[in-house]
Amino acid sequence: MTTLTDTAAVPFHRTLRAEWIKFRTLRSTWYTLAGLFVLGIGIAALAMDPAAASYRDATAAERLDWDPTALSLRAFMLAQLVVGVLGILVVTSEYATGMMRTSLAATPRRHRLLAAKAVLIAGVALVVGQVLMFAAFFVGQALLASYDVPNASLGDPGVLSAVAGSGLYLTAIALLAAGLGVILRATAGALAILVAVIFLVPAFAELFPSWTQGLLDYWPTVTGTAVTATVADPDFPHPWFNVGGMCLGIAAVLVAAFVLFRRRDV
Amino acid sequence: MTTIAIRGLTKRYGPETAVDDLSFTVEPGQVTGFLGPNGAGKSTTMKMILGLAAPTRGTVTIGGRRYADLPVPLTEVGALLDAGAVHGARKARDHLLALAVSNGLPKRRVDEALARTGLEGVADKRAGGFSLGMRQRLGIAAALLGDPRVLIFDEPVNGLDPEGIRWVRDFMRSLAREGRSVLVSSHLMNEMALTADHLVVIGKGRLIADTGMGEFMRSNGKGTVLVRTAEPDAFAPLLTAAGAAVREGVESSLVVSGMDGGEIGKLAAYHGIALSELTPQQASLEDAFMELTQDSIEYQGAGA
Repeated sequence: MTTLTDTAAVPFHRTLRAEWIKFRTLRSTWYTLAGLFVLGIGIAALAMDPAAASYRDATAAERLDWDPTALSLRAFMLAQLVVGVLGILVVTSEYATGMMRTSLAATPRRHRLLAAKAVLIAGVALVVGQVLMFAAFFVGQALLASYDVPNASLGDPGVLSAVAGSGLYLTAIALLAAGLGVILRATAGALAILVAVIFLVPAFAELFPSWTQGLLDYWPTVTGTAVTATVADPDFPHPWFNVGGMCLGIAAVLVAAFVLFRRRDV
Repeated sequence: MTTIAIRGLTKRYGPETAVDDLSFTVEPGQVTGFLGPNGAGKSTTMKMILGLAAPTRGTVTIGGRRYADLPVPLTEVGALLDAGAVHGARKARDHLLALAVSNGLPKRRVDEALARTGLEGVADKRAGGFSLGMRQRLGIAAALLGDPRVLIFDEPVNGLDPEGIRWVRDFMRSLAREGRSVLVSSHLMNEMALTADHLVVIGKGRLIADTGMGEFMRSNGKGTVLVRTAEPDAFAPLLTAAGAAVREGVESSLVVSGMDGGEIGKLAAYHGIALSELTPQQASLEDAFMELTQDSIEYQGAGA
């Protein structure tokens, strides 16, 4: 990683700013973000009515597990796909159009270019993820209040951590997606792997041998569900520990992406 | 003065050797034509100059440094490898702005590059809607952003209309006149005859010729002389007797090789034969090139 510490004539923030210009000057960026908010907040809103109904039908014992925060954050399940697409496209749209050659001719230090892309997508996903999850939380709680069932406020124990944690989770997924984009160099391939990682592997987890169970505790979607909960799940007593494990896995994907990005011809 | 120095450059893709121990130098102040049939390794060589492909062996330096070591690359080398290498959904101005910012160049350089390539009118249109000629201009605008001393263009006139070809040709010449090193690849030989001062010819990845344009034509194109006379049947045997090779041309003219115009004129005067035309024919660069690369064309058509 000497490229980042070089006393280069062009400082890193210029590379980052150029990536930001590339990102904001595509209409698809804004369409995707608009879709993300419509989808995310829409799901949070629509899910509250059946949730309230299930609370009314629940027994006293079941009501102990009532977690209004997690319910309003459930939108992260789909939001992570949209954020993932954004992370993938930051890389693969350049491969698809040939723009990558132009970008690398302008910034031949490859680690620097990829680092700028990673910082950009992490920053965007951090802001977007937090705004989205806080919005989903407030919309969801307001609706639950209107249905007259118990709801949460930010000051309640564990709530702030759950809301901010789900936003951070989306940031991590965006970085994973960008890493997959570099490794696969194609939008469809990277998206297929991302969907497999997020949805398919956890769904088929029961079919895997028991020794993989330890690994699956750090698997993205599993971790995401754990971090959004405010009522402790006995399987995940320390959700942030699982988040840490997931981040290590994503870091490994990013290391592979950096190595391949440097070595491959464009 | 910035030169491109290519030394022992080799690129293998598995068992295929795309570029084979290539060495040449691109000098400032002239257009160096980089010629070869399709598949000769021109584009691969250019990618290696820009660090987009890693050489299997050998080195490429620009003013003594590797491309990746240039502190502000766009101010030293401008390149157009592929006019399509643009995101079509981005406006021309934004495309150039992102590139300029990445190298810390001021915003006005974008407007200057747009003006120099005649793109001001379409600067706020999306590049995907551009014609091939306009995309070539956008690529050239990108290459000019940093006012570089070295310019590299891969097949810049490919697919252009005659007006576009002329514009690119004049543009290359003017860049060289400003003292820049210009490397232009092409498989169109006659195009090079009008643009290049120096020629580097490759075939199957190997260097075939590295020479000045005039010298290339003299040593590889054997000139002929077109002779017209009222008595071709009488004059032809005399020419043959004097050591020339004669064949019949169109409209009962004679095409003579092995003697120059002066010698033919003297011979005619000596024998009292009146000539109505005596025209030296320059061998076309195309002919010279075909002769030279005969063995190195990768896929030869049947009967060629």
